[in-house]
Amino acid sequence: MSTTTIDHAHGTGHNNDHAHDQGHDHGHEDHPEGWRRWLYATNHKDIGSLYLWFSFAMFLTGGVMALVIRAELFQPGLQLVQPEFFNQMTTMHGLIMVFGAIMPAFVGFANWMIPLQIGAADMAFARMNNFSFWLLPVAAVLLMSSFFVPGGAVAAGWTLYAPLTTQMGPGMDLAIFAIHIMGASSIMGSINIITTILNMRAPGMTLMKMPMFCWTWLITAYLLIAVMPVLAGAITMTLTDRHFGTSFFNAAGGGDPVMYQHIFWFFGHPEVYIMILPAFGIISQIIPTFARKQLFGYASMVYATASIAILSFMVWAHHMFTSGMPVTGQLFFMYATMLIAVPTGVKIFNWIATMWRGSMSFETPMLFAIGFIFVFTLGGFTGLILAVTPIDIALHDTYYVVAHFHYVLVAGSLFALFAGFYYWGPKWTGYMYSEARGKFHFWASLITFNITFFPMHFLGLAGMPRRVADYPAQFTDFNMIASVGALGFGLSQVYFLFAVVLPSIRGGEKAAAKPWDGAEGLEWTVPSPAPFHTFEVAPIVH
Amino acid sequence: MKQAKCLQSMMLVVSMAATGLANAAAPQDIPGGPAVHQLNLHPGVTKIAEQIYSLHTFMLIVCLAIFVAVFGVMFYSILKHRKSLGHKSATFHESTAVEIAWTIVPFLIVIAMALPATRTVVAMKDTSNADITIKATGMQWKWGYDYIKGEGEGISFLSNLTTPRAQVGEPGLKPTQERSNTYLLEVDNEMVVPIGRKIRIITTANDVIHAWGMPMLGVQQDAIPGFVRDAWFKAEQPGTYRGQCDKLCGKEHAFMPIVVKVVSDADYKTWVDGKKKEMSSKADDPNKVYTVAELKERGEKIYSANCVACHQANGKGIPGAFPALDGDPVVNGPKGEQINILLNGKNNKMPAWKAILSDTEIAAVITYTRNSWSNKAAENIVQPADVLAARK
Repeated sequence: MSTTTIDHAHGTGHNNDHAHDQGHDHGHEDHPEGWRRWLYATNHKDIGSLYLWFSFAMFLTGGVMALVIRAELFQPGLQLVQPEFFNQMTTMHGLIMVFGAIMPAFVGFANWMIPLQIGAADMAFARMNNFSFWLLPVAAVLLMSSFFVPGGAVAAGWTLYAPLTTQMGPGMDLAIFAIHIMGASSIMGSINIITTILNMRAPGMTLMKMPMFCWTWLITAYLLIAVMPVLAGAITMTLTDRHFGTSFFNAAGGGDPVMYQHIFWFFGHPEVYIMILPAFGIISQIIPTFARKQLFGYASMVYATASIAILSFMVWAHHMFTSGMPVTGQLFFMYATMLIAVPTGVKIFNWIATMWRGSMSFETPMLFAIGFIFVFTLGGFTGLILAVTPIDIALHDTYYVVAHFHYVLVAGSLFALFAGFYYWGPKWTGYMYSEARGKFHFWASLITFNITFFPMHFLGLAGMPRRVADYPAQFTDFNMIASVGALGFGLSQVYFLFAVVLPSIRGGEKAAAKPWDGAEGLEWTVPSPAPFHTFEVAPIVH
Repeated sequence: MKQAKCLQSMMLVVSMAATGLANAAAPQDIPGGPAVHQLNLHPGVTKIAEQIYSLHTFMLIVCLAIFVAVFGVMFYSILKHRKSLGHKSATFHESTAVEIAWTIVPFLIVIAMALPATRTVVAMKDTSNADITIKATGMQWKWGYDYIKGEGEGISFLSNLTTPRAQVGEPGLKPTQERSNTYLLEVDNEMVVPIGRKIRIITTANDVIHAWGMPMLGVQQDAIPGFVRDAWFKAEQPGTYRGQCDKLCGKEHAFMPIVVKVVSDADYKTWVDGKKKEMSSKADDPNKVYTVAELKERGEKIYSANCVACHQANGKGIPGAFPALDGDPVVNGPKGEQINILLNGKNNKMPAWKAILSDTEIAAVITYTRNSWSNKAAENIVQPADVLAARK
């Protein structure tokens, strides 16, 4: 891809300057100030920032819930919260982190970076973009207000398995509506991203010259459109079962509780890749930059991403090995799941081949990217182990699973988001972050993450079930270690906000248009901070 | 081992000092349950559990080897191919041969991993020719066992957690009793099975999905309301094995353990005889007429085994979640409505008790609620015959 793109992008420098001048003229005409700038935002950069701030606020909210969980589990017995509130915490932590933090954060990255990377002036549907963002705070308010209704928030686990959901109070209905709204927001965001990528690339930028981040988001957006309606269907059936006397998931009326699980995981497994593919994209941008060497196997990276996306539709029932499937079902889903290790492995190998014989330097984005590869791969291995049906039957719904998905979600998606912030942040704010503080944030996060989640493997292997408010005293010490680590991880993120993010917005060393000498791509051809309007005249990529 | 114990007691001292919890004795390994600082799966006591253990060991070794190889290369590169060392970057960026190689090799490794697992999957699903079939019913929040085929047929009992709340404590209320070593892993009635026999477990549930999980026996099977599923085990060592409900099933999810006692054939026979005698002596004549005091005394026991989790010992329930019985108009009103609710459940939350409790037990627990706390119902007694009549 990139060498060709970039060589010619430099050639179009004149065009860019021209575009920039024009942008200024327009910018003063329709650039609302104050709250109107944000509420009526149609600019992809403003909306990107809104998404990122929203997701960070949700990330801290979900994090506080995680700390309540870890505080209660610091020792056996019930010390701080009642079990029903504990279950609300685990459920809301999951829902908020998945739908409120990780997914919107990636959409924020997409809004900011996709137009800049493909040389488009903005997203295709600017007003829909505004709408898809502003649905999210509404959904978040609905979800959080469920704590204040009788019975409290939903406490059935983020997977919302029937028929436990029919026992929940009105908090469940609020959660259903919140998820519906977030789903609508995701679908609109996806339509926007697909249309932008397919129609608004700069002349000469063929699909196979497109930056990897755009590729991974293009595929992710298709996944979102395919599965969000499936989730909407599942929770709508839950809603009608609860209120309108249907029996989709009620055996007494001819329904089947396991059908809920099939529908949910048909959404849920692609959802896992929705949260990791854009992360792969960010990593694929960062590694070549700091290795000062082109991405190895660009085409195979695209094909691997597409294969993962397609395979993700065929593995959902590996979440249900203990639900009692026929032997052929268990074997099929075991084989299909293990197959995913192949394209995932290809991606890891390509990244390492990119690093191989490069000329590497280790600024914070690179540290997070390498940390991502290292720790995400650990989560990949435990995923492979869990794919083996008999082992899964021993470990299903234990802390081993909790460890596994936090390795791929926290050390995977979240670390990639951090890497992306450090990488593109200078383009957003116009200032360099403090390298020393960034490095401290990285090491603090990596170490406390492992202190928190590594012992959970042992707890799971020893048989501690997940989502329990209390546990046998034999599990005490590892739980204590995990709780201490969790507190450290939480504090590291507070440090990130106050010592890294806010100072780098307020000022500091001015960022050059291209702060990384090894970086390639159109986003580095515009000044830092990126002006309000960019690429009003499309650059030409030969 | 000594050192591990030493470390463990040191950590405990630290934790006690940190929390001021003075009543916790150092937990010990539970044979048949989790060990302190257990790092790996337990080898288990069935062929299947052993196979799971060795599959896991095999996978762990293969993954570790790949991990060392891949990250060996990565960290070598990180150390050597640095800009700060003056390394100049190469320009290669694709190689079809290499891409094919690292697609095919992992594919072959994955197949090598899946093949031995296949054998175990097939063996796990073969529940035919069982010596004894036992139905395990998950309920919020206890297990019911019905021996439905083989020696012991007809035995039926409930299995409740015996760890008292005084050991658990409450937010703001420290536990008043020292925790037993089998804290949260102990029940009143264990499921007893003979050694070396193929036991088929049929799982189902009354309310929500539970999971019958028993790590040492290599079994975890969801218990799904309205459906039956099965699994099997053949224990090869006598002992008491402990597991827990693995599926989130509501607020007391952490408090419904599973205990299986594996005994010799002779001991099993003795247990079956004893259990059958116990059951026949417990069987009540539904036409017997009791006094309020008799029913209330018995009802209190039934209430604390089945009702306190939601309605609480003080009858006040949990506002917003579980209704209070103290002062409730149904409890103080005509008895027919309350009998109906107990038999058939209400609102998906209150379970139907008709299949779980006998007529006498339902009568007793209703009489208890009508004469407890501030309740002074006009119809203050319900006889088993009333319940029997309402069933029809």
